[in-house]
Amino acid sequence: MAVMVRIPTPLRSLTKGADEVKVEGKNIKDIVENLETNYKGIKERICDNDGQIRRFINFYLNDEDIRFMGNLNTPVKDGDHISIVPAIAGGNSHCNEIR
Amino acid sequence: MGFVKGLKCRECGAPYPKEPLHVCSFCFGPLEVDYDYEGIKKVLTRKLIESRGKTMWRYQELLPVDGEPTVGAQVGFTPLVKANNLARVLGVKELYVKNDSVNYPTFSFKDRVVSTALTKAKEFGYKTVGCATTGNLGNAVAAQAVQACLESYIIMPADLEQGKIVGTLIYGTNVIKIRGNYDNVNKLCSEIADKYGWAIVNVNLRPYYGEGSKTYGYEILEQLGWKAPKHIVVPMAGGSLITKIEKAIKEFVKLGLIDEADTKLHGAQASGSAPITTAVKQETDVIKPVKPKTIAQSIAIGNPADGYYSVKSINVSGGWAEDVTDDELVEGIKLLARTEGIFTETAGGVTVAVTKKLIEQGKIPRDESIVISVTGNGLKTQEAVLDKLEVPRIINPSLSEFDAIMDEKMAVAQKR
Repeated sequence: MAVMVRIPTPLRSLTKGADEVKVEGKNIKDIVENLETNYKGIKERICDNDGQIRRFINFYLNDEDIRFMGNLNTPVKDGDHISIVPAIAGGNSHCNEIR
Repeated sequence: MGFVKGLKCRECGAPYPKEPLHVCSFCFGPLEVDYDYEGIKKVLTRKLIESRGKTMWRYQELLPVDGEPTVGAQVGFTPLVKANNLARVLGVKELYVKNDSVNYPTFSFKDRVVSTALTKAKEFGYKTVGCATTGNLGNAVAAQAVQACLESYIIMPADLEQGKIVGTLIYGTNVIKIRGNYDNVNKLCSEIADKYGWAIVNVNLRPYYGEGSKTYGYEILEQLGWKAPKHIVVPMAGGSLITKIEKAIKEFVKLGLIDEADTKLHGAQASGSAPITTAVKQETDVIKPVKPKTIAQSIAIGNPADGYYSVKSINVSGGWAEDVTDDELVEGIKLLARTEGIFTETAGGVTVAVTKKLIEQGKIPRDESIVISVTGNGLKTQEAVLDKLEVPRIINPSLSEFDAIMDEKMAVAQKR
């Protein structure tokens, strides 16, 4: 199965700037593993040491938070859309500008 | 001076410099202030604190500013009221109300976080500050920005209570009303902070801002005679205050300012906006966001920023959480007013009503000390109770008409 995964700005340095990437897998866990295969270093940004999705990263499958479905075991199907969204919006980019 | 080492990520522990940052760029967790507690322990004693002015700044070593407070130096040290009348009605032995409805200058606990945040904003050199607000924070930012000679922008949901809107506009600030709820406002403010480079106190200054709430906890401990109560009931919106009260207690124990503490922290929400109490009651730490529907607008936050940590604070302390309906919260407002002469806003009504519920459920034993957190003033949310009060009689300035009323009262009293 191939799904489209939306990448947030802070992680795009790992996807060569791509804001959306196509990934294979039958559930979210597969998707994360295959993201790591294709874009080395992305898993440790998304998952904690126990392999669970980090608390302040939200994973949405077709706009529904995976924590309210099967979490990492949530199955995905062809054409699904996944969004990875940092829970706390806003960045650190402007700390020394305008004021 | 100042005892802040820097910031660190609350999740992965990554260190950051003392800058206006709030999110970990590695794991996206929230940043928090990292203090030199060893250094603080060497200087901060009960005696030193007691020798200082009766404001929140008597604990300044535990606040994240480098110099003296430049904004809101008079904020805090509100009364801790021994509430004997309310205790009798609720059937408990030892009850207190920590009354921030008379905080200075804008009558809510938000004066504390704002004086901290704006002092920090000035240290960072900002010229423009702002906030996402359900009302009280907007009042506090607008008023204190005037004192600090800073420009301010207050972003709020369009349907707030009139008292909250007037209590912001009066300071000549820039108010922008948003078609949507607080969660929409909050998201927009993140984007504004990023694009305009302003100090949005509860967004990019959040690690510093939140620390001001600790003083509410310190004061409870000091005013009880340097000891911790058995129970504190706290209203929850974004969930930050309850975590900061927990931190305040832990810090005082760590610094030897109080002996051991065994305080259970109980969270209170309105049933129409209860993502945190729902999580506690379902024994999960996953917060399911909701669309708020309650008259308790000051705590109507459906996607609480500190939801996860507030659940943790409650669980670690052995406390519990409850929520109450709009009717129950109105009864809570009236009960506090008619037993203790304290007129609190809707959030305070929630906290009183939840306290009553927790006592009835046996979650709070009747023979243990209890503190109710009253964080805002009822004059700002008069709409909530306007239709729920007795309608006064109107008579001519004539003694006989007055006598007639007294006779009626007497007749009613005799029938009883």
